[in-house]
Amino acid sequence: MNGRLTAAAALAALMAAGPAMAELVIPNLSYRTGPYAPGGIPYADGFNDFFTLLNERDGGIGGERVRVIECETAYNTEKGVECYEATKGEGSLVYNPLSTGITYQLIPRATADGIPLYTPGYGRTSAANGRVFEWVFNYPANYWDAASVAIRYLLDENGGSLTGKKIALVYHNSAYGKEPIRTLQELARKHGYELLEIAVDHPGQEQKSQWLQIRQQRPDYVLMWGWGVMNAVAIQEAANIRYPMENFIGVWWSGSENDVLPAGDGANGYKSLAMHGTGMDYPVYAALKQHVYDRGLASGAGDQIGSVLYSRGMYAALVIAEAVRKAQAIHGVAQVSPAQLRDGFEQLEITEARMAELGLPDFGQAFAATCEDHGGPGAGRIQQWDAAAKRWSLITPFIAPDDEVLTPLILEDSTAFAAENNITQRCQ
Amino acid sequence: MLYREAGDFKTTYAADGQTFPIAFDRWRYYGVLAVAFGVVPFLINDYWANAVFVPFLIYAIAAIGLNILTGYCGQVSLGTGGFMAVGAYACYKLMTAFPEVSILVHIVLAGGITAGVGLLFGIPSLRIKGFYLAVATLAAQFFLVWLFNKVPWFYNYSASGQISAPERTFLGVAVTGAATPAWAKYLVCLVFVVALAWVARNLTRGALGRQWMAIRDMDIAAEIIGVNPLRAKLAAFAISSFYVGIAGALLFAVYLGAVEVGEAFGINKAFLVLFMIIIGGLGSIFGSFAGAAFLVLLPVLLKNVLVGGLGWSTSLAAHIELMIVGALIVLFLIVEPHGLAQLWRLAKEKLRLWPFPH
Repeated sequence: MNGRLTAAAALAALMAAGPAMAELVIPNLSYRTGPYAPGGIPYADGFNDFFTLLNERDGGIGGERVRVIECETAYNTEKGVECYEATKGEGSLVYNPLSTGITYQLIPRATADGIPLYTPGYGRTSAANGRVFEWVFNYPANYWDAASVAIRYLLDENGGSLTGKKIALVYHNSAYGKEPIRTLQELARKHGYELLEIAVDHPGQEQKSQWLQIRQQRPDYVLMWGWGVMNAVAIQEAANIRYPMENFIGVWWSGSENDVLPAGDGANGYKSLAMHGTGMDYPVYAALKQHVYDRGLASGAGDQIGSVLYSRGMYAALVIAEAVRKAQAIHGVAQVSPAQLRDGFEQLEITEARMAELGLPDFGQAFAATCEDHGGPGAGRIQQWDAAAKRWSLITPFIAPDDEVLTPLILEDSTAFAAENNITQRCQ
Repeated sequence: MLYREAGDFKTTYAADGQTFPIAFDRWRYYGVLAVAFGVVPFLINDYWANAVFVPFLIYAIAAIGLNILTGYCGQVSLGTGGFMAVGAYACYKLMTAFPEVSILVHIVLAGGITAGVGLLFGIPSLRIKGFYLAVATLAAQFFLVWLFNKVPWFYNYSASGQISAPERTFLGVAVTGAATPAWAKYLVCLVFVVALAWVARNLTRGALGRQWMAIRDMDIAAEIIGVNPLRAKLAAFAISSFYVGIAGALLFAVYLGAVEVGEAFGINKAFLVLFMIIIGGLGSIFGSFAGAAFLVLLPVLLKNVLVGGLGWSTSLAAHIELMIVGALIVLFLIVEPHGLAQLWRLAKEKLRLWPFPH
């Protein structure tokens, strides 16, 4: 017991630091360690660097400097909760935990505490329904959009019909990996393909039996919902069994350089979804180089710049920064509160012109949030890996998801959540 | 002087056999309880509850549970994560099926269900021992996690396979769900910890505990002197699983609020709890607390020192933290193979003789 009290006293002394003055505090719940670090590191770097750019070039957002507090979660929900509680007291404005598991933890907590949660391309899909999920935003696209976009792309490839085709889903056996199953089942009913569900357990380093199953069942296409080391292992295994890479499509979390590089030439032709452009051919990198990289302010080792997930971290930071700006405009104060920022998120509109102005033309899709719609248009592109040139190339324009199937699913899931938790629907 | 038997006269057998025979020790114990119940709830905030006290208390229950099985009865178990999952899922099914029944009843019932499952997986212990039993319990760990992932009935057919605790109240105060005040979370866990630790302490001092220890020290000899190994071993499995199940139910319902089985109750959890009792001290209730404190609080403390205090980058701090915790574990086991509890015991022995050790 005495040990506990000493530890407690030491902790108390450390936690006694006063709250920060006149800053926009944005926590970055990142993971730079563990089996998911290949995804966590570039994302966190991109997220940090964009805010550093705003601080260095513009003096922050609307004259307020941004303070990013990084907290290591290791993709672990218990550490995620610790990070949330530790950063909450600092006046955090918005959470972006980059983990579906942690998002599920934080939805009720953040809702009770009145802090917005921004989960672009991950998290709880049905949070797209703003009537139920007041504090959660997941635009521009979510998992079910991704599933639908992938199927639409395959429909296009097959002249509009997937009847009699066999599609396998290799998924991370967690909330994240299970998210698309409902949608893919629903779409299977509509388009007449056969869905084969193949689970891979955390962390996904061992997939021999799963790919043996694929070799035996010979699906026409393989979709993958993987993350961390699981991606690289799956692509390597697919190459080992000589599965045709052009028929292997990963979600946007399974399509980064770190996933394909270990398989070398074997990964050539592997496809993945993309919710934004990638590479260094955007004007924003000139500004980043001048204000961030050349001054030695780059986050992390600085070796992830321009990669897919770096771009995504930057994109998330950009949307948050725009929401802060919107909130400042609505409420006329520079030091916005989390509740004011929520209004900013809800009325946010990002146009092509605005993206070009920010130095990222033709990067992401335009979207406008409303009280009901926290999910955005949900379109996605397909990118393909060129192993010789070591780069991703976008091979389709933005493909819109099948809202006819998705909207009822989202409605069903979110109303069930509302009923379970006694939430009265908003925006009436 | 402070820590002395001298002058503390016992006039009844009950007084002579009490848990804390030394007055100072007894008062310290009451003092800790008074602070835990009377002071901490008024000072606690969300951070202290969710990052420090609640996980510490819950892991202490799990560690006591495993200590009963491994430390007292000598049966090595690697299935703790799976049994915690049974507690969590039982609690979830009960609280969604019978929302009108008090959540505290559900938590106890979840422990009871886990005891049943533990009993089932304890049957092989009658035939196999040591490493072989560890492998059998490892099978329980993997089987249970697989089961809760595979069968949608356990997670009420939710799309993501996650289970989320709906809000439940006790005497009008939320105990589960996001609206739970920090002090309520803390007090619920504290009540369970105190009650269970008290029961465990007295069980291990009684006939059943002595049977367990006899089995642990030499099962053939125990059988010869009349200990029924079937009864003793299965009782250890059931009671241990009851504790572990309650820890799992609290971890899910009160602490995290939403879990997925592979992530929250994987093999890592089984090792974590096993390390807690090894570092804390096998066969000691205090050791369970010390081990839980060591492995729950030290990482949080180190993180705050390295990142918050010294301003290191989070990744460097996370790596160093692993190294420091690992090094400390090795160091402790070299310096004192019997764990923190033995250090505490030695300190008490020395205190009794101080300042005249000869």
